[in-house]
Amino acid sequence: MIPAPFEYLAPTTVEDALAALAEHGDDAKILGGGQSLLPVLRMRLNAPEMVIDLGKIESIRGIRDDGDAIVIGAMTTHAAVGSDPLVAEHAALVSKAVEHLADAQIRHRGTFGGALAHADPAGDLGAPALALGAQFVIAGPGGTRTVEADDFFVDLFETAIGEDEILTEVRIPKHTGWGAHYEKFVRVAHQWPIVAVAAAVRVEGGVIAEARVGLTNMGNTPLRARGVEAALVGVQATEDAVREAAGKAADGTNPPSDLNGESSYRKHLATVLTRRAVVTAAGG
Amino acid sequence: MAKISLTVDGSKVSDDVEPRTTLVQYLREKLGKTGTVVGCDTSNCGACTVHLDGTSVKSCNVLAVQVDGASVTTIEGLAKDGVLHPVQESFRDCHGLQCGYCTPGMIMQSVALLEENPDPTEEEIRLGLEGNLCRCTGYQNIVKAVKQAAGSGAGASTAGAVAEEMDS
Amino acid sequence: MTTTQDRPTEVAKEIGKERRRKEDQRLITGRTRWTDNIVLPGMLHLAMVRSPFAHAKITSIEKTEAEASPNVVAVLTGADLGESQGVLINAWAITTDQVTPTHLPCPSDKVSFAGEIVAVVVARTQAEARDAAELVDVEYEELPAALDLKKSANDEVLAHPDLGTNKSAFWKFDSLEAGTGSSIDEAIEKARADGVVIEREYRQQRLIPAFMEPRSTVVDPTGEQITMWSATQVPHILRFALAATTGVSESKIRVIAPDVGGGFGGKLQTTPEEWLTFAIANRLGKPVKFTETRSESLMVAHHGRDQWQKLTLAADKEGNVLGLKVDLLADLGAYVSLVGGGVPVLGAFMFNAIYKFPAYQFNCQTVLTNKTWTDAYRGAGRPEATFGIERMMSELAAELDMDPLELREKNWIKHEEFPFTTVAGLEYDTGNYEAATALAREMFGYDELRAEQKRRRDAGDKVQLGIGISTFTEMCGLAPSRVLGQLNYGAGGWEHASVRMLATGKVEVVTGVSGHGQGHETAFSQIVADRLGVAFDDVEVLHGDTQIASKGLDTYGSRSLVVGGEALVKAADKVIEKAKPVAAHLLEASVDDIEFSGGRFTVRGTDQGMAIGEISAAMFSAHDYPEGMEPSLDSEATYDPVNFNYPHGTHLCAMEVDTETGAVKMRKYVCVDDIGNVINPMIVSGQIHGGLVQGIAQALWEEAVYDDAGTLVSGSFVDYLLPTAADTMNYEIDHTTTPSITNTLGTKGVGEAGTIASTPAVVNAVVDAVRHLGVNDIQMPCTPERVWKAVNGVGAGGEDPTEGAAAAHFDPATGMEGTTDRTTGGTQA
Repeated sequence: MIPAPFEYLAPTTVEDALAALAEHGDDAKILGGGQSLLPVLRMRLNAPEMVIDLGKIESIRGIRDDGDAIVIGAMTTHAAVGSDPLVAEHAALVSKAVEHLADAQIRHRGTFGGALAHADPAGDLGAPALALGAQFVIAGPGGTRTVEADDFFVDLFETAIGEDEILTEVRIPKHTGWGAHYEKFVRVAHQWPIVAVAAAVRVEGGVIAEARVGLTNMGNTPLRARGVEAALVGVQATEDAVREAAGKAADGTNPPSDLNGESSYRKHLATVLTRRAVVTAAGG
Repeated sequence: MAKISLTVDGSKVSDDVEPRTTLVQYLREKLGKTGTVVGCDTSNCGACTVHLDGTSVKSCNVLAVQVDGASVTTIEGLAKDGVLHPVQESFRDCHGLQCGYCTPGMIMQSVALLEENPDPTEEEIRLGLEGNLCRCTGYQNIVKAVKQAAGSGAGASTAGAVAEEMDS
Repeated sequence: MTTTQDRPTEVAKEIGKERRRKEDQRLITGRTRWTDNIVLPGMLHLAMVRSPFAHAKITSIEKTEAEASPNVVAVLTGADLGESQGVLINAWAITTDQVTPTHLPCPSDKVSFAGEIVAVVVARTQAEARDAAELVDVEYEELPAALDLKKSANDEVLAHPDLGTNKSAFWKFDSLEAGTGSSIDEAIEKARADGVVIEREYRQQRLIPAFMEPRSTVVDPTGEQITMWSATQVPHILRFALAATTGVSESKIRVIAPDVGGGFGGKLQTTPEEWLTFAIANRLGKPVKFTETRSESLMVAHHGRDQWQKLTLAADKEGNVLGLKVDLLADLGAYVSLVGGGVPVLGAFMFNAIYKFPAYQFNCQTVLTNKTWTDAYRGAGRPEATFGIERMMSELAAELDMDPLELREKNWIKHEEFPFTTVAGLEYDTGNYEAATALAREMFGYDELRAEQKRRRDAGDKVQLGIGISTFTEMCGLAPSRVLGQLNYGAGGWEHASVRMLATGKVEVVTGVSGHGQGHETAFSQIVADRLGVAFDDVEVLHGDTQIASKGLDTYGSRSLVVGGEALVKAADKVIEKAKPVAAHLLEASVDDIEFSGGRFTVRGTDQGMAIGEISAAMFSAHDYPEGMEPSLDSEATYDPVNFNYPHGTHLCAMEVDTETGAVKMRKYVCVDDIGNVINPMIVSGQIHGGLVQGIAQALWEEAVYDDAGTLVSGSFVDYLLPTAADTMNYEIDHTTTPSITNTLGTKGVGEAGTIASTPAVVNAVVDAVRHLGVNDIQMPCTPERVWKAVNGVGAGGEDPTEGAAAAHFDPATGMEGTTDRTTGGTQA
């Protein structure tokens, strides 16, 4: 199927991209890796007049160590993130989530920033980013600003990125030495998760000292299960001990009902998957 | 219209394309590379998989304008000088295809898989092919074919082929 | 003349060899000819404007803007096309009073399902046609839609108000009336008094065939003949129906099915898109192409299954079955398709399966609704029947606390009882259920798995183990023409083949079946190579073009080998008979002394002989041949099968059920199929693997779901869940063999076996895993949610409809809901 006609620009700098965005405003759509945008265009669910491709901007591609954080350029592909030793060492939760994101071909082409900016609540990257307290670096006409993960996800497919702004990089605070696991529940492999749980824990002497838990597809945005995190502190890293804290995973959530399950079933799943994610993250 | 120049299956090509033209549409309609096919609208099926600068991508999910200056290998460019790629051989030998419609994408993804992991376990093969749908084979003989190709050292030969793609 | 060539000592048999496929060299190198690859000079492209509503009056169609769009050649509505568009036929009115709505490819007054075509845009490129289709503004007056099958059967809302009812046809078989058995009512009454009566209602969810190649049609009207290329399983039926409904002479129409990317029954259809492409190409005098998108394909290409099955099984307390009563509701969708109500009727003969029921009754009501039409999908009627009976036999075993395999054995036809006439009136020629079951049981490790199941139950494991059984048979090889006549089917079931002996010694085989992935070129070459004693590589199989294979009835119902292959054998035998007098003439011997073996004609008692290829060459030059004979060895045969064909098998499945989440995982699957003699074991294994996965997919993953407005919400591969390599496993397959005695080669059909058998095996295993938790049914597909609910006593069994909403993965404003490939021009008046 063929998209409606559009104009195309491929700027080579963030400044040029911002200028193009300023010029075309509402009529423009940003193309990252295109793995979500192109199906939308092909099915004519959206018909922008201008597509601004960030693919030629080298400055926002790549991964670097920046002291207390790992910085992932927005145009870094999932495959590059998934195979990066820095990410594996300091943000293992991201590596785990990327490992089974979509499929190999999509991971070769899809981008870290693009997926986060797309903000599908069933996307695999939101929950880990939220759990690890990622910071989103956003460039706009007035310069660059940084948005905390808690403020980044606004609603279904809506983020704090303004219409005249571009996500350039994501800073992930180092969680070196933390155990991590991304527990994803699907019916068939190529599905978006029905529910998934991202868990990172720091275990000291068999006891959970700190925990970070993010939920995928449990509401209009990825969610952070702070109640679970708090309840996990000081708990033995065993299945039975974790069970009670994990039972809080669905508290206050309002997950969707669709073909794959009703809201109430998702709430139940969240508690089971949280327990499994935490126990696995803790090495249990 | 935008001007693009690229290498496809070892040949240099140059065309004016509408920005909305997808890579698969360009390959099929402009270049007559009809070996690569379209099976869905949502990028689930993988039938259109080709190699773009050495990695597998779904060519329905890439615009032709995005591949300006790139190197593309399709199923039609996989055999060299009439000699089948080991993965092509193993698909035939293991009956890894029936109607053949998913086959170009399935083979191209299998080649990419073996390039990244020359000695995959069965589970790694199955997960590596999760982006390619087949309705005929039940996948059993496809998995067998990839295993057999791995056993014959296709991973190594593939790595060479991909390096060549990158050079060209 | 060479008469003393070295004779091959022993010609290796081709039949039974794992020959690699002749088809594959092209397919693995991309040298393919799918219909969508075809490009002709000046070719125009179509885009369809489709209704977003399930049921609505068309109040106006505004096409000015679309007509003004760049490179648009025409925008045509049903009114513009008038009678030139022809009409789509139902070839099987199952009763003489069947209610059959007229099915125009592009209606002008009213739409009856979401996705129905209301206008067609013709433009110079596909993109421009699609652009202009967005600009066609259609106004509708929405009407209440008949969507739910049960409600529709009660005529609560009418799908076609002018017909006055949704009830299309009621078809009944009663063993007492037919004289094939006793009274079902008495059997049930007796069981209620002193036996067991199992009553269940099962849902056969709606499925989508989802062949990988979307349908495509190209029509070239620029010659004396009009040529249509189409991604179809049925080029011959297509040509006949085009001629019959458009007034164009059949001999002026050539239909070609080039490379066709799968069908599974889904391309056993004559479609609105084909009719419109044909009409518009003729109208404009230009080649025209239409290729559907996947969204269109899922929405409008016919669906399959979609039944409610009310089943009553009567038995005595020892587990001997006394009778079976079947009450079906079958959803036809908005129109009665090519085979239409015949699909559930094919199940009528199979509910009794391999068991010796004394009494049997089958009642089927077909129902019109405002949904996509239904027709054959791999197995067509027989998977539904097999599911019903195999689930019921397992339920009976559970009720009586018997081992489900022992219960089956108690009731099945013993191998020494063949041929056996069933309570449904069919004569099963051969089979050995004991042998297949014994082998399957051993391969599976049945007793060990039962022991493990007990351990897990006793320990209260979170993950429980279940074992499911399906001892299936099916009727395939469609079909004896006289039987089809009795069933009021509109055509015969014969098949045609011809064998051409070329001067160079090559053999051309022309078959009327039309393969689309089955490997006919390879298997048929093996058959002919053996029959004529020529080299496998010297045989070329031609098919799928009505100009080359002028006669045929195409490929479906596992008929290609058992019917088409038999026609081929008969044609080849005629070649040999023709060649004998020639050999005698050239070898200066009496015909009575000529023997044929291994491709050579020899004179008995001498070393004189000639290869069949030499005789072909001699007949080509025709310088010296017997008086009174035509100078040709070419032969043809039309074969009408004498009976259906009855493969059977025992399928055993072990499933693990995570009781915490409801997730199910297959642990082991073993099947032993008896498909008679095997031509190519490699091809057979592929048919079984693929068939199994389609049947397993019905049990676990696939379902076409509509919302309350009649919109297909599982309208893309995001929501219609086909399994991937990562969701499947290696299936352990083997065979026992009792050759069929109704065809020369002793073969039985294999195309549908895996699909027919596997669905109940899987569901039986899932239910078995959690039966001790109070579960006796889980509706298909057995989603984790349904399983979890069943385990927790919420909505177990019965009606548990899938939520009619898709997730919005692509866009917040529109999501995927209700937007699958529709033009946005539709407005509600």
